[in-house]
Amino acid sequence: MRLWNGDETRRPQGGSVSQKDIDAAIAATRFGLGARPGEIADAAKDPRAYLKSQIRRQGADLITTDGETSNQRLAEFREYRQQRVAAEQLGQGKGDDSDPVKMARQFIRQNAAGDVLGRVQLAAETNAGFRERWALFWANHFTVSAAKVQVSGLVGPFENEAIRPNVFGRFADLLGAAETHPAMLLYLDQAQSVGPNSRAAQFQRRGGGRRGLGQIDGRPRRNLGLNENLAREILELHTVGVDGGYAQADVTEFARALTGLSVAGPRDAGVEGVVFRGQAHEPGERTVMGVRYGQDGQAQAGAILADLAGRPQTARFVCTKLARHFVADDPPAGLAARLEKTWLATDGDLARVAEMLVDAPEAWRPPPAKFKTPYEFVISSYRALGQEPRGLGQVNAALNGLGQRPFGAPSPKGWPDEAGPWAASDALVKRMQFAQALGAVFGPRVQDPLALADQTLGARLSPASAKVISRAESRPEAVALLLMTPEFQRR
Amino acid sequence: MTAPMLSRRAFAAAGLALPFLARVADAAVPPNRKFVVIVCRGGMDGLSVAAPVGDPDYPALRGGLALGDTALKLDGTFALNPALPAVYKMAQAGETRIAPAVATPDRARSHFEAQDVLETGAAGVYATTSGWLNRAAQAMSAAGRVEAISVGPTAPLILRGPAPAASWSPGRGVDTQARLPTLLQDLYRDDPLLGPALARGLTTEAMARDSGAAMASGAGRPGQGADAGRALGGALAGFLKAPGGPQLAAVSLDGFDTHANQSGLLATRLGTLDALVDGLHTGLGPAWKDTVVLAVTEFGRTARVNGTGGTDHGTGSTALLLGGALKPGGIVGDWPTLKRQALFEDRDVYPALDLRALEKGLLAEHLGMDRRTLDTLVFPESAAVRPVTGLV
Repeated sequence: MRLWNGDETRRPQGGSVSQKDIDAAIAATRFGLGARPGEIADAAKDPRAYLKSQIRRQGADLITTDGETSNQRLAEFREYRQQRVAAEQLGQGKGDDSDPVKMARQFIRQNAAGDVLGRVQLAAETNAGFRERWALFWANHFTVSAAKVQVSGLVGPFENEAIRPNVFGRFADLLGAAETHPAMLLYLDQAQSVGPNSRAAQFQRRGGGRRGLGQIDGRPRRNLGLNENLAREILELHTVGVDGGYAQADVTEFARALTGLSVAGPRDAGVEGVVFRGQAHEPGERTVMGVRYGQDGQAQAGAILADLAGRPQTARFVCTKLARHFVADDPPAGLAARLEKTWLATDGDLARVAEMLVDAPEAWRPPPAKFKTPYEFVISSYRALGQEPRGLGQVNAALNGLGQRPFGAPSPKGWPDEAGPWAASDALVKRMQFAQALGAVFGPRVQDPLALADQTLGARLSPASAKVISRAESRPEAVALLLMTPEFQRR
Repeated sequence: MTAPMLSRRAFAAAGLALPFLARVADAAVPPNRKFVVIVCRGGMDGLSVAAPVGDPDYPALRGGLALGDTALKLDGTFALNPALPAVYKMAQAGETRIAPAVATPDRARSHFEAQDVLETGAAGVYATTSGWLNRAAQAMSAAGRVEAISVGPTAPLILRGPAPAASWSPGRGVDTQARLPTLLQDLYRDDPLLGPALARGLTTEAMARDSGAAMASGAGRPGQGADAGRALGGALAGFLKAPGGPQLAAVSLDGFDTHANQSGLLATRLGTLDALVDGLHTGLGPAWKDTVVLAVTEFGRTARVNGTGGTDHGTGSTALLLGGALKPGGIVGDWPTLKRQALFEDRDVYPALDLRALEKGLLAEHLGMDRRTLDTLVFPESAAVRPVTGLV
């Protein structure tokens, strides 16, 4: 039985598909986060201008959260840790609902869940899908992850404080904001790294390690010293890339220069967030990638970061990654080169790089080459239906099942951007189940599924897909089919 | 020492030679043999998995991270982490061996390069986009049907490539009454990515349903605690035992990158690993005697403790070999010791054994794969790396 007029020809008006129609669909689905009803029509007037109007100096939209800053969240976490110690000493209410530790942990989880919901709703609702995708790219480039419990309440504030305001500014500023944010310092273990010849380490070696300077974050350490995690990942993942021409010695030297950069603990009365501990900084000149840095204190790491931001290897590494994200797993070489040229000519002005991406002909090749990540699939599904998730239940279940737990990237490399990891056979079955569930909820309210498919995919909707949608036996089935068409699974 | 880096082009050429390679790989593969690879991501600290407690330099180097009296003694030198009781039990039954100083040919100390080399089995980084376990499946399938599966929501590189491979993770199951799967398979008929993937996913779901209770018990997400690990091991056992089920399997465990406060973190991760292996052992029952499990990581960690109660990226690490098919024996490969002059670049456990030698040895003895296939197809340009013998 057919519930609506299943006309098998795609365009009953008989108009041929124009280049502008194709470009409008590409603007909303490839550059953006998937079309909401009406979006492709909006873009059709001038697809490139539609995208460029979303680029703005003040940065991306902020996630609506409970308004707490990372410093407030840090203080809460510290309190939780102290409660845990106290509860352990008293052997109090372990496990049951009155357990203060359990309650505090619950609270931290709720904070993070609220941030995730705000982020998902922003992506589902925004009229500036390109701007939001651009922000998500940079949030993933500078991954901090709730996989580390002390960071879980900080991922949302990190995005709002360090990433989103800076995504259309200079890369050097974005880099500086990201690397010196408390979330990054904790996630990549910088907060506790101490110069082996710093005053703090010497003091401890003389036997003074039980109190004061020898204590970091209130806990005595047997061995104050370097932690090279942040230095390595800045080089490898955030700036010049693994082939950027650095060696182990550069990693260690950079780690020495970063010492002192830390996060305030309970002993730093009256100070919040990022602190520079001069007594933990490794004294002396450093050499990183052939450049000598004679600065004192925090200026040393600042100078190194500024140089890394300006290196041509960084331009190449990041522009290739952008091209891969927006266009194809194996991106057209011309595109990366174009972006790189703009980057170098503008000293890493990200607004100009974004404009160049829109202007680049390689970015508008019609075939949808990118397989959506689970986050993109789920978000674009809500957008297609003109809905936003009201709670996290279904979204979380789907994303967990598909291996992309919100805010929970498995490593500092962030989420993979290629089809390989995501197109697992199990994942296809799980996407189908999500599409069925969403179809069951929203499908009955969709009057004409074929019209919805047109609104969602525009000129990208294939005749084969239109046919199978038009022949569905129910609206829920038609919606599930739309979300599972090959062209909706890609962008 | 290491073979020259394999270029993309060279690999493509090797790919063209496939039919010839497949012909030499036609030794019959014992159909009941199972081989499971567990990829422990993040750089697992070998010195905490099987600690060389008898090495005179161990206590001083390891300081607060040194395992004490609770370590589970294997011999005069090595003791297992107390978070590995099930592995220890297998060791007492002669079903565990350790390779205490293995490494891939990669020396960059980058997680992502090292995982690439670990999983592709290539001589250098980013030389190919397929995994060695996938190419092993490809070689084996020349002599008859072979199935491979990964457990977890994403497809690990080690099992991506030309041979079809299934994946499975816990979920709700498929509504067998719905028309949607059939309609989609039709719609995906000409789609080289989605078509085969969905078909395989549906087959695996059906297998999960048929093999019943063990899987329905609901395994959690991988890497999320001991209970989830045990359930996952049980589920994997269900697949391996199922008629027509896979012979090859891969599982990923995350979270081994222990730069700070290592002891507690690592105990949790090792607890998951231990429970996974235990669940697999229990679930396989008599089939355990035909099984080999290999747990590997991309690199080891620094021999010395860093400034934050953890360890940084290193080189040599420990591989665990488990299974009823193993021959009992001592450590695999040499122990280079922790003497200062023996450390690699005065910081890491010396890589005394190429991990590929171990993997080739297992594929040769357990799955009957011939040397030429191993040297060229499964581990390209690795003729100089001789398979370890006497494992199975």
